[in-house]
Amino acid sequence: MGVLDQRFEKNFMISSVDYVFNWARKSAIWPLTFGLACCAIEMIASTTARFDIARFGAEVFRPSPRQADLMIVAGTVTLKMGPVLKRVWEQMADPKWCISMGACSSVGGPFNAYSVLQGVDRIVPVDVYVVGCPPRPEGLFYALLKLQDKIEQMSLAKRPTEVRLQPEMVEQFKRGVMVAQTPSPR
Amino acid sequence: MTDKPADENPIIKKLRAWDGKMIAVTSEFRGELSLVLPPEQLARAAQCLRAAPGLQFDFLSDISAVDRFPIEPRFEVNYHLLSIPLRQTVRLRVWLPGQDPVVSTVVPVWPTANWHEREIFDLFGIRFDGHPDLHRILMPDDWEGYPLRKDYPVEGFRT
Ligand code: SF4
Repeated sequence: MGVLDQRFEKNFMISSVDYVFNWARKSAIWPLTFGLACCAIEMIASTTARFDIARFGAEVFRPSPRQADLMIVAGTVTLKMGPVLKRVWEQMADPKWCISMGACSSVGGPFNAYSVLQGVDRIVPVDVYVVGCPPRPEGLFYALLKLQDKIEQMSLAKRPTEVRLQPEMVEQFKRGVMVAQTPSPR
Repeated sequence: MTDKPADENPIIKKLRAWDGKMIAVTSEFRGELSLVLPPEQLARAAQCLRAAPGLQFDFLSDISAVDRFPIEPRFEVNYHLLSIPLRQTVRLRVWLPGQDPVVSTVVPVWPTANWHEREIFDLFGIRFDGHPDLHRILMPDDWEGYPLRKDYPVEGFRT
């Protein structure tokens, strides 16, 4: 260990492995089916033909945490659900990511009540938050693209939850990516 | 328009004929009949209402509870009964004190009361004497307090 410590990132071979791994990881994110309330409907809508989350390589929703690497917490997390959510998160294999979708799971939303967890980041590390009540599918896609930016910065020496968004990534994103626009239905 | 006494109602007459002292107060509001019973009479009255000819309330639609804090008696438990063969409804009501509210269970008469009573126990802390399996149904098992009581803060006791 002493020889390799701190030298991993400088090594040319390792960085190219990083590139291949990150490319593979970000291009096929398998989300976990984890709808908890009304936001789940928007999450389901984003898989339909109209919005088509498959364009971003994340259409394979898995019912088992063992096969998933993204937990989209879509909805109100009650205190009774909290331990279940934590357990499901711990059952997922590394590397894993978490998107907190909607006001409820980010900060408790309209439910400042005895029964609701005031923010899922109190029990699991969240990578990307989506605002909205509920967020439109485009909002979820934006978060997914943000997460892909984040995965791009991972390396074998850095665990995924240590990677945080950097300020200039927002500007790069604005230049590089057009968020899907859907004309309003008649 | 206020509630008016309903002593002439045939359901009341049948119950009074069965046991004159059973019903404390009766009222009728827009065709809905309500009876207030002393809590200790509830189990007997339930059997009569279920089985007696002319009553036959074989369906318990709902049990609900009301907290009238700080008025005493504080709690009110309402039983909404429906008779499917005779197409009539009635509401039973018992008043319970704020200190140690207990009422006897109606599970032996209407088995559906099982979960209703557990829910009221969970959220209001009213105990149902003789209930086969009285523990929390909605809140986590280790929860403290009864969240739908009026003196329980809406946000709970957060640290
Ligand atoms: S954020 Fe709004 S839409 Fe989403 S689960 Fe909460 S209440 Fe429902």
